Amino acid sequence: MKRAGFSTRWLPIMLLLPQLLIIVIFFYWPAWHAVRSSFFLQDPFGFGETFVGLKNYASLFKSSAYMRSAWFTLFFVVLVTFFSLAIALLFAVKADKVLRGAKTYRTLLMWVYAVAPPVAGVLGVIMFDQSWGPATEFFALLGYDFRLGVNYYDTAFAMVVVSVWKQLPVNFIFFLSGLQSIPRSVREAALIDNRSASSRFWDITFPLLAPTGFFLLITNITYAMFDTFGVIDVLVRGEPGNNPLTLVYKVYVDGFRGNDLGGSSAQSVVLMVLVLAMTVFQFRMVERRIHYT
Amino acid sequence: MAQVTLDNVRKVYPNGFEAVKPASYNIADGEFVVLVGPSGCGKSTMLRMIAGLEDISDGALKIGDRQVNKVDPADRDIAMVFQNYALYPHMTVRKNIGYGLKNRKIDKSTIEAKVQEAATMLNLTEYLDRKPSQLSGGQRQRVAMGRAIVRDPSLFLFDEPLSNLDAKLRNQMRIEIKALQRRLGVTSIYVTHDQIEAMTMADRIIVMNGGIIEQIGTPAEVYHSPASTFVASFMGAPPMNLLEGRVDGGMIRVGDTVVGNTTLAVTGPVTVGIRPEDLEPSVGGQLRIDVSIIEELGAHRLVHGHIAGQALTMQIGKDTAIGDGPIPVAIKNNAVSLFDHQTGNRL
Ligand SMILES: Nc1ncnc2c1ncn2[C@@H]1O[C@H](COP(=O)(O)OP(=O)(O)OP(=O)(O)O)[C@@H](O)[C@H]1O
Ligand SMILES: [Mg+2]
Repeated sequence: MKRAGFSTRWLPIMLLLPQLLIIVIFFYWPAWHAVRSSFFLQDPFGFGETFVGLKNYASLFKSSAYMRSAWFTLFFVVLVTFFSLAIALLFAVKADKVLRGAKTYRTLLMWVYAVAPPVAGVLGVIMFDQSWGPATEFFALLGYDFRLGVNYYDTAFAMVVVSVWKQLPVNFIFFLSGLQSIPRSVREAALIDNRSASSRFWDITFPLLAPTGFFLLITNITYAMFDTFGVIDVLVRGEPGNNPLTLVYKVYVDGFRGNDLGGSSAQSVVLMVLVLAMTVFQFRMVERRIHYT
Repeated sequence: MAQVTLDNVRKVYPNGFEAVKPASYNIADGEFVVLVGPSGCGKSTMLRMIAGLEDISDGALKIGDRQVNKVDPADRDIAMVFQNYALYPHMTVRKNIGYGLKNRKIDKSTIEAKVQEAATMLNLTEYLDRKPSQLSGGQRQRVAMGRAIVRDPSLFLFDEPLSNLDAKLRNQMRIEIKALQRRLGVTSIYVTHDQIEAMTMADRIIVMNGGIIEQIGTPAEVYHSPASTFVASFMGAPPMNLLEGRVDGGMIRVGDTVVGNTTLAVTGPVTVGIRPEDLEPSVGGQLRIDVSIIEELGAHRLVHGHIAGQALTMQIGKDTAIGDGPIPVAIKNNAVSLFDHQTGNRL
């Protein structure tokens, strides 16, 4: 292959500059700032700062509120990831049966992907609206007084349901396309080899979906940890009160509501380390190739 | 082992397309039948109906004494080898071959023994722990074969199993498959669009065209007495020469030349079929062929020329000397086939 080259050294640098600038300004600079301020105690009124070393971190792990939030985040991530993957897979398998070969439907279904996530988020929130949300009314019918933003478990429940609801279409589309990319003849060979549909699924379909599944697992964990901020914000409305908080939302609450910039920075550094660990893990797994050629 | 009986089996796809017109035939126990025809003629559809991968729209299909129209593929006691092998990519060769047995509640040591036996038969023993992606095309093909034979089915189905292999390997596998089938004595249906595979492997050939069975017969019958001009031109390379001619008073003429005579009660226009190897240059020959091109094929030569303005091909030995221009040519005895010039059916 012929390699294309630049005649001057400066052109490529100029071309990369805008992108690099954005990364530096919006990523490295704030990240550096967070790391730095996690070692300082900020004056709440903006009059200077004092170096306190690891004290912010120490108090973080001693704080029962923080540990509670960490445990909640763990449960939250496990529940959201599990249910959004499992339900999406179930739907995808059902849809795949109907869709084999029917290309028009497939294109139509892609629309779900394009339209649904933001709309689904809003819809989910409306469902649980305190005064007229259908879900709230439904619970009332069952004789249960569902109190979003007041009862800890009710809020947690709504957070999980809306987060799962919002992530379903994306997972569904990925699983569906994963299913459709399994060669027809492989399924047919299995049809001849094995009469039980469920054991065919676990022996053939499921392992062949593993690459898609792994990719979705990572993105869903990331989603549950970080991208659910919007959902939680709408449900909790910035009133932490007695509500369950994920670690990411707690960074925001402590930093911007509680004005504890040092503590909040330490929290975000902890999250950065988590993301880093997850990225390393993902690359390791990809290198070990869970996909088949 | 089993015989296969089709009684007016027909396939109409959901979009209304009739891929297989009602077909009836019988395959004897242990017979090797090749389904051959051009692309899109419905061979795979026919095979897939027998396998149970495609619903049968009409008619009855029997494997052994059992009508299997509504029986699941896994319960038809068949094994199928697919064109692209259809191996399970995440399983080792050993698991691929054993998978069908594992699901039939056979104990582990028996499976292992059977897998070993099949692997030995197919020279696969050293690859048992590899994944399909680590095998060559020919080896994958063998694994697919192994998966089929390990189950001792009563019917083998092959859908163009060799068409992804290169020519040399294809010849080798062709012989191996045929030998294996002979040894195991399992009834087999083999789909191909390669007429050489059809001629060399088949006990009987079924020639299909446009969803219709044109002819069923032994390779010799299909080759020497094609049932239609379609079969005549499809089977044999180079194909049979088909010339516009006419019959009057028992004499078959192409242009002004008499190419033979017939006892059939026909007069008027006909299509005259002559195999290229049934023509030979001869001083006393009754045909005058105007030679235009000579193709060297090593073992023999193809001579392309004209008679009465119609193109004609003749196959001659590599040592037969020949020049350009008009030459006298003779036709071997009983080498002329006659077809209806409108329907193309054999007369
Ligand atoms: N699911 C389907 N729906 C509608 N028509 C179909 C379907 N599958 C196949 N056909 C049509 O049925 C005809 C026969 O198809 P089939 O696959 O049996 O051909 P084939 O003889 O095996 O050809 P090839 O040699 O190319 O494999 C073709 O014209 C094809 O377009
Ligand atoms: Mg086919």
